Amino acid sequence: MDRILLAAAAFCFLASFASTLYAFGARLRLPTRFNFVMVSAGFLFQTAFLWRRGGAVGRCPITNLFEVLVFLSWATVLLYLLVGPAYRLSLMGAFTSPLAFLLQGIAQGVVGDPGAVRAGTVNPWTELHAALSIVAYGAFALAAVAGTMYLVQQYQLKTRNLSTFFFELPPIRDLGLANHRLMTAGLVLLTAGLGAGLFAGHLPGALKLATACAVWALYAALLAGRRLFHLGAGRVAACSVAAFVLSLAALCGITLLSRTSLPG
Amino acid sequence: MNIICLGINHRTAGVEVRERFAVPASDLAGMARRFTAIEGVEELVILSTCNRVEFYAAGNGLASGYHALERFLVEHSGLTTPELDVVYRYDFPHSARHLFGVICGIDSMVVGETEVHGQVKQAYEEALRHGLTSRILNKLFQRAFRVAKQVRTRTSINRGSVSVGSVAADLAQRIFGSLGRCHALVLGTGETGEKTARSLRGRGLGSLVVANRSDEKARALAQDLGGRAVAFDGWLGALADADILITSTAAPYPVVRTRAVAEVMDRRPDRPLFIIDIAVPRDVEPEVQRVENVFLYDIDSLEAIAAQSLELRRREVTVCQEIIGEHVGEFSEWLARPAPERQPTARREGSADGLEAPHA
Repeated sequence: MDRILLAAAAFCFLASFASTLYAFGARLRLPTRFNFVMVSAGFLFQTAFLWRRGGAVGRCPITNLFEVLVFLSWATVLLYLLVGPAYRLSLMGAFTSPLAFLLQGIAQGVVGDPGAVRAGTVNPWTELHAALSIVAYGAFALAAVAGTMYLVQQYQLKTRNLSTFFFELPPIRDLGLANHRLMTAGLVLLTAGLGAGLFAGHLPGALKLATACAVWALYAALLAGRRLFHLGAGRVAACSVAAFVLSLAALCGITLLSRTSLPG
Repeated sequence: MNIICLGINHRTAGVEVRERFAVPASDLAGMARRFTAIEGVEELVILSTCNRVEFYAAGNGLASGYHALERFLVEHSGLTTPELDVVYRYDFPHSARHLFGVICGIDSMVVGETEVHGQVKQAYEEALRHGLTSRILNKLFQRAFRVAKQVRTRTSINRGSVSVGSVAADLAQRIFGSLGRCHALVLGTGETGEKTARSLRGRGLGSLVVANRSDEKARALAQDLGGRAVAFDGWLGALADADILITSTAAPYPVVRTRAVAEVMDRRPDRPLFIIDIAVPRDVEPEVQRVENVFLYDIDSLEAIAAQSLELRRREVTVCQEIIGEHVGEFSEWLARPAPERQPTARREGSADGLEAPHA
């Protein structure tokens, strides 16, 4: 059943991405409504999987890298569903779906599902710490999506090469704002997650602690740099994409190395 | 049962002829009633715009109706019978194909323009209001609205802008979204610059300041555009607050230097600056485009985008005609049915465009 749910989610994300590529190739209007429906459907399948897995492990289903990546994919889509329509960035679905598919694809195709292992005792602070941290990574992922859209829009405007895609992308100013706000939201969530970790009653390993602090410092520097060093929105967008790639690598690294398999 | 279309447009007649055919909105109903009194004409819609005047009529035995309509036009327009060569006449199914093409904008002077859709809708509503349409034309026009909707969603016929002013306004909206909170600085009082500023105003531009070497001209243009004038020496200060800069001075050298723009942008790195340089020779150094968050478009690049859009629209005409062909085929099948079977599906068709066609 778990496999079917994840396969259905993957199919929805892939269908959304494929329809976007087709529309782009055929010079048609991008199927934003279809994207939204498919991404929402994929989200529901992922939610069902995480619900079942949570029941099986008796805690938040982020006990191994496979689950962490699926949870991260789910968190990214959740934030898209919350933020996308609010900022009229529904096209973000066209960019979010391949990322959600990729994260889930790595989880299933590369990492593999080791199966559910029921937890002994559950520390609610540790659970909160891990869940908030991964949702924060979801916000960073979505900031990277907005950043990528910003860079595509900027490239087209600078080169004056306005493809069909140009008319579908949201205004570049809105993309810059979304990129900034999502990074800010991610940083707040990560701070809260790290704060919750302090109440967990046990200290993480030095590598895990250093990685968590490094990711926090990276985004804090990026947001501060924007104000203090007058970094332009284009540079911030490019940095947000690079920062997410680094953070994702760090998340995978510490999850693999961690005995408890909990990030942060 | 036949549906005919009789009319003139920008391709068949010059404005001096079209203006004689034009039917003022206030005369439409009265004229239409006189038409429907003609033998064989049972239903009628008159479409009168600046580029076309067309009469769509439905009825049995319209052959005699044709001549009567032509006689009427001669009387109304004052044209002589030989001059009626400018009038085109279409029988069904060409009349339906023509209407569908008109409403999609493929028969317009600017291919793909959308204004004609509203004009057709208004003409139909007017006829509907006066009880001049019945089963056949209701069905035809509701089908036309469906065709227009399908063409709009399935093709790029309405994409992009085809004039310098509207291209600039489109780009501004792609950069800023709503223009309501945007400030524009107009440097110089050139005609194209003024048109561009007007186009932006038409899209809801928040505020506008004008700077020109002649203060008097600056004040006049500012007043005309609903903005305020600043001294030409103070334009750089005004640039710091501007989101959009429109330049059209007659200066023989670049007025807007890269260093000055870079300094302004350094103080506001988050806010994009859209520069529209319409002057020839150019007012803005081309290197300004390299400054981050600055998007510079000169007259050539704007015209190139307009030409590109027009070309794209022209390429889409074939796709539009295919869609139109499908609908003409379906409509022909419906029209070929015996009259009792031609029950209107007004609710379904009417809801497509918010119009309710009455059951005849």
